[in-house]
Amino acid sequence: MVSFQPSEDQQLIRDMVASFATEQIRPVAHEADETGNVPSAVVQQAWELGLVQSAIPEAHGGAGDTRSIMTGALVAEELAYGDLAIAMHILAPRLLVYPVIEMGTEEQKKQILPAFSGDEFRAGSAALLEPRFTFDTAELTTSARSDNGHWVLNGNKCYVPLAGDAEAVLVYASTGKPGHENVAGFIVPKGTPGMKVLGREQNMGVKAMETCEVAFEDCRVPAAQRLGGDKGADFNRLLNYSRVGLAAMAVGVARAAFEYARDYAKERRAFGVAIAQKQAIAFMLAQMAIEIDASRLLAWEAAWRLDRGEDATRESVLAQQYAAQACMKVTDDAIQVLGGHGYIREHPVEMWARNGRGFATFQGTVMI
Amino acid sequence: MIDFELSDNIKQNRDVMHMLAENFMRPLSREYDEREHEKPMDFFNMVWETQKGGANPVDLGGKASKEEGPSTRNMQTCVVIEELSWGDAGIYLSMPNAGLGGAAVAAAGTPEQKQRFLARFREGAPKWGAMAITEPGCGSDSAAITATAVRDGDHWVLNGTKIFCTSGYMAVEKSEGFVVVWATLDKSKGRGAIKAFVVDHGTPGMTVTGLEKKMGIRCSDTATIVFEDCRIPLDNILGSAEIKTSTEGFKGVMATFDATRPIVAASAIGIGRAALDFCREVLGKEGIEVRYGAPAHKLTQIEKDFMDMEANLQAARLLTWRAAWMMDQGMHNNLEASMCKAKAGLAVTQVTQKAVEMLGPLGYSRKLLVEKWMRDAKINDIFEGTQQINLMIIARRILGYSNKELS
Repeated sequence: MVSFQPSEDQQLIRDMVASFATEQIRPVAHEADETGNVPSAVVQQAWELGLVQSAIPEAHGGAGDTRSIMTGALVAEELAYGDLAIAMHILAPRLLVYPVIEMGTEEQKKQILPAFSGDEFRAGSAALLEPRFTFDTAELTTSARSDNGHWVLNGNKCYVPLAGDAEAVLVYASTGKPGHENVAGFIVPKGTPGMKVLGREQNMGVKAMETCEVAFEDCRVPAAQRLGGDKGADFNRLLNYSRVGLAAMAVGVARAAFEYARDYAKERRAFGVAIAQKQAIAFMLAQMAIEIDASRLLAWEAAWRLDRGEDATRESVLAQQYAAQACMKVTDDAIQVLGGHGYIREHPVEMWARNGRGFATFQGTVMI
Repeated sequence: MIDFELSDNIKQNRDVMHMLAENFMRPLSREYDEREHEKPMDFFNMVWETQKGGANPVDLGGKASKEEGPSTRNMQTCVVIEELSWGDAGIYLSMPNAGLGGAAVAAAGTPEQKQRFLARFREGAPKWGAMAITEPGCGSDSAAITATAVRDGDHWVLNGTKIFCTSGYMAVEKSEGFVVVWATLDKSKGRGAIKAFVVDHGTPGMTVTGLEKKMGIRCSDTATIVFEDCRIPLDNILGSAEIKTSTEGFKGVMATFDATRPIVAASAIGIGRAALDFCREVLGKEGIEVRYGAPAHKLTQIEKDFMDMEANLQAARLLTWRAAWMMDQGMHNNLEASMCKAKAGLAVTQVTQKAVEMLGPLGYSRKLLVEKWMRDAKINDIFEGTQQINLMIIARRILGYSNKELS
């Protein structure tokens, strides 16, 4: 039966995260962007909401909650509504933890999960993107060569969240020919020889979150560190989770910009009326509202399909693309509604546009 | 629980309608596009016979009442109409049924009026109902109506000219149907004085004076109807004859749009899907694969366009389902109804335009139906509230503005 009503549990979680985003994240977002630093207090507070630990099985110290992509999408939208960089920082451990929960071997679960079941934030990460113009998830240049009971990793990765602090990084590399079926994940613990964090990147947006370029030079990990062991893991599925997460976050960023522009347009007066009373502004706001809802529903449908166990590559890709475009348009329009003020960093709108531009680029930097 | 799975009942209905669309409507598409205004009566007689038995495929929906509780009526309508419009939007629009006039009677009529005007759609020969709002001098601004209704003893006397009246010819001259006419009791009193009146077929003083030649939906007759001292019984008024200073009565009439806009959106989506399905089939035959998730530097323009078309159409569909679902839940969906209509009208206009372009020289040819779908699609961005009127409604709702504050 078709329904657009989240379950009661989902509603509770969404409300909790929404108030956290509004009351705790949003007030520190501007300074975090300016200083390039996410305050550890807000990270710790978010950790206490249990957004990472709850899905960890009880046997490994978590709450054993059933993971739902739909719930993940609802949470991701609300967090990103607060601030995208802080949201990605808070959720970064999921990049490592969630694939291990779903696709890891028992040994890998024992190795990784307990560290993330505690009361304090622990960083985890994944490395997928590579610093080249023709990046393709199906043709990674980072390679994994099997050698005498080990995997040897070579290649460069970029946009690796919290790479410096991560307990381990889940590194995606090609084991042979092109194709998603030949991409495998490798759990590389902090300090593994051959893994070098090259330093923090300076990007257009999400400036508060640390992302790094990471080099792998004959980095050897035992064969057992391959995600899912010898049988491997479904990389395409992980990509789809990430796509839906990014789509949901794009909705959150767009909504933040829309609401700010809407409220500004009702306050700001020109020619004797609020500018929102002019069709040029009012229609722009109406279109923004349509595109935000359209993006959300596409993300929801993809999430729903993934939760049913469907492949949903098509729906996930379309949702991410659509939401990324919509977010770009909405945040740009929001600047336009504010006019000159929109370009001034005192207002958050230009930051949302800088952050929003990233959704077309980001892949595998979010996990839900 | 958020869920996108249609109920089994709706799926069954959808499949039956799809069969009808594919096997009966599609083969008639081109012929009845070219024979403008003519009706495929064999097909209509067949549909009518099943409809009389109670299986009316074109239920124009309505808000679930508190007594009835949640239903799936509007969802079902949207799904069914998407299928029929996938078959042929012009033929679907022309099918014999109570139409928008019937929806108005169902929404605002007394039990006696419903019996008097709607019972006929379950018996006898095929019939049509129609709605007459638009005038030569007013369209979207329906408060500016100039047609008049003056009381004279036991009758209302109607005068004025109505245009763009869908199925008006069939309702007035070709069947025992009726037209719901909007007219003012007193031009000086604004919206509160605008009322809807039911005029039965064959009433003296009501004449169809012309049919529009249109870009698309050519099977559908779009009539000009002139009312000259047209006398109708007093109890043919829908709702109260009292002129209210508030706009309550007018709002009641406008509320029927909350049910009909998702339906128009669903019809639009059916046309868009017809074009998209055809493009997918052609691309497949030509060995062109759409590689979802491939990086930008590898995608062809065709793949990018196709994915845009798909996403836009699905976004429109989901917005439409949401508006229909809300109505089924008895929720106020004025904002969402306008959202889905604005999105779907524009999306299918663009999707069908792109389809013509995508298919090269053949896309533009009348050998194929693609150019027809593009012509048919455009009306959905105009009737039942233009793109701009819907944006206006959305803007008022999200800004909390009255129509005085934002116009």
